[in-house]
Amino acid sequence: MSTEAVLQAPSATHHEAHGDHHHEHHHHETFITKYVFSQDHKMIAKQFLITGMVWAVLGGLMSVLFRLQLGYPDAHFSWLQDILGKFWVEDGRITPQAYYALVTTHGTVLVFFVLTAGLSGTFANFLIPLQVGARDMASPFMNMLSYWFFFIASLVMLSSMFVETGPFSGGWTAYPPLSALGTASPGSKTGMDLWLVAMALFVVSSLLGGLNYIATVLNMRTKGMSMTRMPLTIWALFFTAVLGVLSFPVLFSGFILLIFDRNFGTSFYLSDIYINGVGALPNEGGSAILYQHLFWFLGHPEVYIILLPAMGMVSEILSTNARKPIFGYIAMIGSMFAIAILAFLVWAHHMFVTGLNPFLGSIFVLLTLLIAVPSAIKVFNWLTTLWRGNIRFTPAMLFAIGFVSLFISGGLTGIWLGNSALDIHLHDTYFVIAHFHIVMGVASMFGMFAGIYHWYPKMYGRYLNNTLGYIHFWITMIGAYLIFWPMHYEGLAGMPRRYYDYSIWESFKQFAELNRFISTVAMIVFMTQLLFLFNFFYSIFKGRKVTTLNPWNSNTLEWTTPIRPGHGNWVGEIPEVHRWAYDYGKDGREFIPQTEAVGADESHH
Amino acid sequence: MSTTATVTAPGKWWSGGKSPFNVEYGKLMMWYFLMSDAFTFGAFLIAYGTTRFASNGWPDPNKVFQSYPGMPEGSSAPLVFVSIMTFILIISSVTMVLAVQAGQEMKKKKVVINLILTIIGGLAFLGCQAWEWTHLHHEGAWWGSNPFLNADGTQSSTNFTNFFFTITGFHGFHVFSGVIINIIMLIMTLNNVFEKRGHYLMIEKAGLYWHFVDLVWVFVFTCFYLI
Repeated sequence: MSTEAVLQAPSATHHEAHGDHHHEHHHHETFITKYVFSQDHKMIAKQFLITGMVWAVLGGLMSVLFRLQLGYPDAHFSWLQDILGKFWVEDGRITPQAYYALVTTHGTVLVFFVLTAGLSGTFANFLIPLQVGARDMASPFMNMLSYWFFFIASLVMLSSMFVETGPFSGGWTAYPPLSALGTASPGSKTGMDLWLVAMALFVVSSLLGGLNYIATVLNMRTKGMSMTRMPLTIWALFFTAVLGVLSFPVLFSGFILLIFDRNFGTSFYLSDIYINGVGALPNEGGSAILYQHLFWFLGHPEVYIILLPAMGMVSEILSTNARKPIFGYIAMIGSMFAIAILAFLVWAHHMFVTGLNPFLGSIFVLLTLLIAVPSAIKVFNWLTTLWRGNIRFTPAMLFAIGFVSLFISGGLTGIWLGNSALDIHLHDTYFVIAHFHIVMGVASMFGMFAGIYHWYPKMYGRYLNNTLGYIHFWITMIGAYLIFWPMHYEGLAGMPRRYYDYSIWESFKQFAELNRFISTVAMIVFMTQLLFLFNFFYSIFKGRKVTTLNPWNSNTLEWTTPIRPGHGNWVGEIPEVHRWAYDYGKDGREFIPQTEAVGADESHH
Repeated sequence: MSTTATVTAPGKWWSGGKSPFNVEYGKLMMWYFLMSDAFTFGAFLIAYGTTRFASNGWPDPNKVFQSYPGMPEGSSAPLVFVSIMTFILIISSVTMVLAVQAGQEMKKKKVVINLILTIIGGLAFLGCQAWEWTHLHHEGAWWGSNPFLNADGTQSSTNFTNFFFTITGFHGFHVFSGVIINIIMLIMTLNNVFEKRGHYLMIEKAGLYWHFVDLVWVFVFTCFYLI
């Protein structure tokens, strides 16, 4: 806890934290309106966060289960059968059907429920009103609906775990014909219907939330908070919301066509199919590639929907804890804008080998590699922000630095995969798994952890335990590399993803030991996340109390609110903003909050 | 630092404390929603276009859509009925404009009349669509079944009917929800809700939606009936 002792600078505004409570505008609040159907953006943020955490545990547990199969393909775990039942485990082994259900649901849940709803749902809700200086979202009611649509989507997705034929098992991308034909596999029956319903509800939730975030950022900024004075978190969440609002509807269209293919005898995605035991199907004239275009038109922006909030929070946390202004603020906004535009123009790089015209592919190669430019700008800006900074290694800062490390490691392999010629060899191998888990999965998870550690004092008025935080960081950081780095080698050797048992393949037998190693580390890392969960829930009730308004000596507006802000955030007037958010180490002062007027003889940044 | 600059200076619109586009949040959300919805329809129509482009043949719309209620046996009137439908929908957009304008002038009676006309227009369009669907259904067209031959006389796939019913159905659903929204607006107007608020902003937002649905029909109409 040594870092925090340093941080506890005496605060002149300390007494204000307690004095003003009785002025607060009190609604009569019951348990239901305060904790369940709350319209307070801070409570909705916590609802998103905790629901996302539940999903993260379930999704993580699924990965542990299928890693168990991959690491120990010959072992028999009869105790697992007692817990999970016959559909999932037979004769002590994860069944092939269950294996595919697990990888599919792991992907869907982590991408959409954890890293979209859990990440931008949490931090867009929590930070946008607090950092732009608004009392709440533009429409608190729609905001509440957004959460509850997500909640119902969660229930439906969860219920698909318990149907007799199992959850959907055709991969998180749900390509037809596996997703379109109930006869194709057990998971393509009720499980797929529930998957579609859950995802449709999720799109509605994301739309309601996204419209709100956009309207709040544009319309509700406090006096003086011009767009170029906004913290980078807000810029990132704004671009995220725009991406979501423009890409999810295309997925929605794709799903509607899929629903018709499943239930109403159409063949939008189906043509000339023969199924064992069923025979030739009447469907003709459609194209499975059409679905892939519609899916990836969402699917690629989705990657940035996941990544941008993490980038924004990392920028904010790095600058705050390096006690230096963010390097290249405008370049950061510009590169996020470039990423947001390019996000819509690269989707076909997921389809290089699915029958895409190679000449068209070359254009997508060019556009894909262009993303390296804004990404590199961001990386260098982060590194130069850290350069010669007076760094405070709080757990949030460690996770933010970890994000930068992972983003570099995973981003570089993206340049390999973006080349359609290399992709012929690497497509659908463990190289791809390694790439996107590092650059998007784990990196964004790190951004999320950084955000949680950093803003926890604002969320709950207490600190997370630092020692547990450091243990959590180091094991997760080292573990992430130990899990995913070796997968690059497996992928280069041609090991395909989604196989149930590699030990029967002569070419992949050599990786038996490595797979066992990866599985072991995965289990250790999963256990470490439970430590974080304990820290999180324990600290809500028993954590050390925050006693100062601005524990990180940060410039942004959320730290001008009371320690436990009520609905409406500020007691009395909303403060006016006079400067950007990154006046750290300026004119001999450690930090200058955004609310402080610009002095007459102050230097320009 | 000088803070006395006039509010009308263009740069000041973005400096916080006010809406940069001078609209309240609801209208801003409506615009973004319409952009989102445009992507939904865009995805449908592009999917339709690529599928049609990849098909060997396609039915001739002049042969498929050549009927109207009570048409004498043996005659044909290509695209006449759908033209009437389109005309009705466009006229309903005009009455919606008049309702919005009346709202801005705070003329309740005029708002009510024009809203009623718009609702009637919307219902008439839906009625026409229902008749057309029924008629096509009787001819054997439905999701998964296409009785029409390609324009060159070859056997056609079901793509034509699949896309036709899905996309016009999705548009019809939008018209339907637009009618519901307009009915709610009418009830609220009659109950003096907007008079008490002092503005008819909600009708403007409903109007935006209604015009959007109209505009989408222009594209749907072009893609299925004209091309």
